[in-house]
Amino acid sequence: MGVGKSINRVDAIEKVTGTAKYVEDMLPSNALIAKVLHSTIANGIVKSINIEEALKMPGVETILTCFDVPDVLYATSGHPLSLDPNHPDVKDKLILSKRVRYYGDDIAAVVADNALNAQKALEKIVVEYEEYEPLLTPQAAINNKISLHEQCPSNELSRMDFEIKDGEVDFYKGKFSDDPYIAGREDLKGTYFSVPPVHACHIENNSCFAYMEGKKMIVVTCNQVPHTLRRNVAEAIEMPIGDVKIIKPYLGGGFGNKQDTMYEPVAAFLSKKLGGRCVAILLTREETFVNTRTRHGMDIYASVEVDENGKIKRKGLKLNSNGGSYGTHRHSITAYAVTNFFELYPSGEIQIGESSTAYTNLPSAGALRGYGIPQIDFAMESQMDDIAMEKGWDPIDFRKKNIMKLGFRDPFDKFYVKSNGLEECIDKGRELIDWDKKRKEYDQFNKTSKDIKKGVGMAIFCYKTGVYPIQLENAACRMVLNEDGSIQVQIGATELGQGSDTVFAQMASEILTIPESKIHVISTQDTDITPYDSGAYASRQSYVTGGAVKKTALLMKEKIIGKAAAIAKISIDDLTIENENIIIGKTKEIICSIGNVATLINFINDSSQTEHITAETTYTCLSNCFAFGASFVDLEVDVPIGKIKISKIISLNDSGKILNPQLARGQVHGGVAMAVGYAIGEQLLFDSKTGKPLNNNLLDYKIPTSMDIPEMESHFVETYEPTGPYGNKALGEPPLIPQAPAIRNAVLHATGVSIYKLPMSPQNLVHEFIKAGLIEDGRE
Amino acid sequence: MIKVIRMTVNGKLEELGIDERECLTDTLRNRLGLLSVKKGCEAGECGACTVLIDGKAKNSCVYLTVWAENKEIITVEGIRGKSGNLHPVQQAFVDEAAIQCGFCTPGLILTGVELVNSGKKYTREELRTLISGHLCRCTGYENILHALEKVVGK
Repeated sequence: MGVGKSINRVDAIEKVTGTAKYVEDMLPSNALIAKVLHSTIANGIVKSINIEEALKMPGVETILTCFDVPDVLYATSGHPLSLDPNHPDVKDKLILSKRVRYYGDDIAAVVADNALNAQKALEKIVVEYEEYEPLLTPQAAINNKISLHEQCPSNELSRMDFEIKDGEVDFYKGKFSDDPYIAGREDLKGTYFSVPPVHACHIENNSCFAYMEGKKMIVVTCNQVPHTLRRNVAEAIEMPIGDVKIIKPYLGGGFGNKQDTMYEPVAAFLSKKLGGRCVAILLTREETFVNTRTRHGMDIYASVEVDENGKIKRKGLKLNSNGGSYGTHRHSITAYAVTNFFELYPSGEIQIGESSTAYTNLPSAGALRGYGIPQIDFAMESQMDDIAMEKGWDPIDFRKKNIMKLGFRDPFDKFYVKSNGLEECIDKGRELIDWDKKRKEYDQFNKTSKDIKKGVGMAIFCYKTGVYPIQLENAACRMVLNEDGSIQVQIGATELGQGSDTVFAQMASEILTIPESKIHVISTQDTDITPYDSGAYASRQSYVTGGAVKKTALLMKEKIIGKAAAIAKISIDDLTIENENIIIGKTKEIICSIGNVATLINFINDSSQTEHITAETTYTCLSNCFAFGASFVDLEVDVPIGKIKISKIISLNDSGKILNPQLARGQVHGGVAMAVGYAIGEQLLFDSKTGKPLNNNLLDYKIPTSMDIPEMESHFVETYEPTGPYGNKALGEPPLIPQAPAIRNAVLHATGVSIYKLPMSPQNLVHEFIKAGLIEDGRE
Repeated sequence: MIKVIRMTVNGKLEELGIDERECLTDTLRNRLGLLSVKKGCEAGECGACTVLIDGKAKNSCVYLTVWAENKEIITVEGIRGKSGNLHPVQQAFVDEAAIQCGFCTPGLILTGVELVNSGKKYTREELRTLISGHLCRCTGYENILHALEKVVGK
């Protein structure tokens, strides 16, 4: 028991028996159902809405249109409140919008007794639009005469431009451009990479319901950051924060797409309008694709120059990010990406980065596992292999000359790297995949094999843990001791499948010696009861909330020992806890069990001693650290049909001390699988003329099935991160990051063709292979 | 139109008045409170709503309840032993950490039960094909395959 052991998930039994309750499982049987009317244009204005016929439809309770909502702009990002005036949230959303900003924007809502009646009434609503040309790309949107948001006339939501000199960052204000020249310099010409928007595709669709008890608004929702959501909802529906309560039950996956405020303000507003009756908004799969968040599509121009010794001399990056219709995380994701380019490989005489996030008429982009780094890692790691190939260098040796080392000072967040297992990940991967032998063997094979080509490739990454110092990083934890010596642990951090509740139990057990079976981590967050936490994002919970759990467990231990010392009249200094007993440290003599102390102190009829023993602390994290890793891929390419068949992926991760190896491997498997989809198949498609989504369902948008996933191996290089509560650092997001470039580099090794665009689908690959002359162009 | 139908659900004969247009997912969830039957797409794409119909794993979201007349339906609520002990497939999912968010889990377990009940042995590659109607975004299917290998054909 304790950290480092593969104990079973604490929620495993609920989940295999089907008793774990998700949002829709908690829906009261008399709940009203709201269906949202989505716009059928991508850019324009709602001139009028006629609801006359719709109101006559059976079961309809009320219809709300964009002409009836309060004129209160609210934020949707799942970020904690920033007191720094330089980092405010973007407030650009209304409950329903007259100004249509993407195909599917929310313009009206029907509330009826059931979903079918709501849907049928919705179809009777007549809308008149004034339509503008859809602006689907940053190039089209930025500086267009039509502004998406009044407060942002240029449609350029935000920029971050800088030059790093002597380890210090000079920020300046650059200008948007879509030519390959970085900062307008002809000596910094970038190679162009393009990555499309993709979707999280958690299996539980986004859903929520709201009702009132007295003056209290209760919102039950699948959200990763309940305390932030409470603030956003309160603001949107103009209620005091204390009058709003968010309940978050089990979540059917989130991956960042449940970090933002989605339809909770709409449901709450409708409930309020109906005197507090329960109103549910349960998105369909088709809506979840379009009306939640996507991973940012990006245009990336990257320039890396090296000297003859293989050292990087000059680096330049220009990154134009497609933010979609609402500001959500403003520039955070793009900024994360642009800075990462100068962290993984920090060397260089010239280091210039420019980045932009645009408002466009696409669905809003937001957080998705990896937060911008999968995009930049694809460009960065592809380029490293291109350079190695051009120079005739081994891609691994070339990387090792340039990677971030222990002691590196992050120029942006100004912390020092105190643990770094990157090189060991690379070396171990090289050995496990049999790199040197396979590179030669496949070179030989490919000389004679025309259609089938074999390759091995690799890529690496670094990823920060949490968001200090850009944002607040704190968490609170409360523990309540029961008379049988078990404890309840309350945290505002959210379990969404990643296993955080389990590792929190292990962390508490490590200090209190109480087995995990007697540590009851309350999985449901209820903001009326649950202590504050910023929530699940940035792979922060085991690092930050873990700090709160550790601090609280230490306080609980101190209290238990204090009480035992008072009862037994022994000095506190002589006592400790072992195997759930309070013992004399030196002699190992057992004084009593934790349960004995709890029972006695709880029920003793003596006001000077009676206490219900609880412990509560807040932990503020004033540190950050990098997780690292590498991926090695062995594959073959069927050239004429452009099909990649991956034989094996070996994923190596330095996430510091591993808290639960079995669950940690599970995080790696899931990240790798999601990245295989990103690499070879997934892409949200939109009609280029109308902006209409073309594949917003799970038949036309293919996520990997069990048949698409190769055999994978997961290995951990365990370092000890001194700033982590147990030596641990980020793990949830990182394993996804290097897979797409590792696959791309294996394709490069196999075929000699450099790919600059995701996904590497058969269509795209065949096109590239024709261009490269590997396939004869059959067209006349 | 309301229609009365009879079917056996988790060993119990049920007589229910249902809407003719109703899918089995909704009947099981809304009329019988069997909430392990999950909705991920309501179009037969994701497999989260899988139940056993006369022993075969089927997407209940694209199965009209009227078709279930006189059929035997099993959901995850109905596979535990009499004393509440876990079915071997459930136990294997627990032991192999084949669960993350848990939303696809009940459906996958039922496909596992069908495979166990078949008495046949399958290779890992065959298992990949046999569970490919279930989408899981958390696990990469790796531990799910480990769990099934432990119990299918044993």
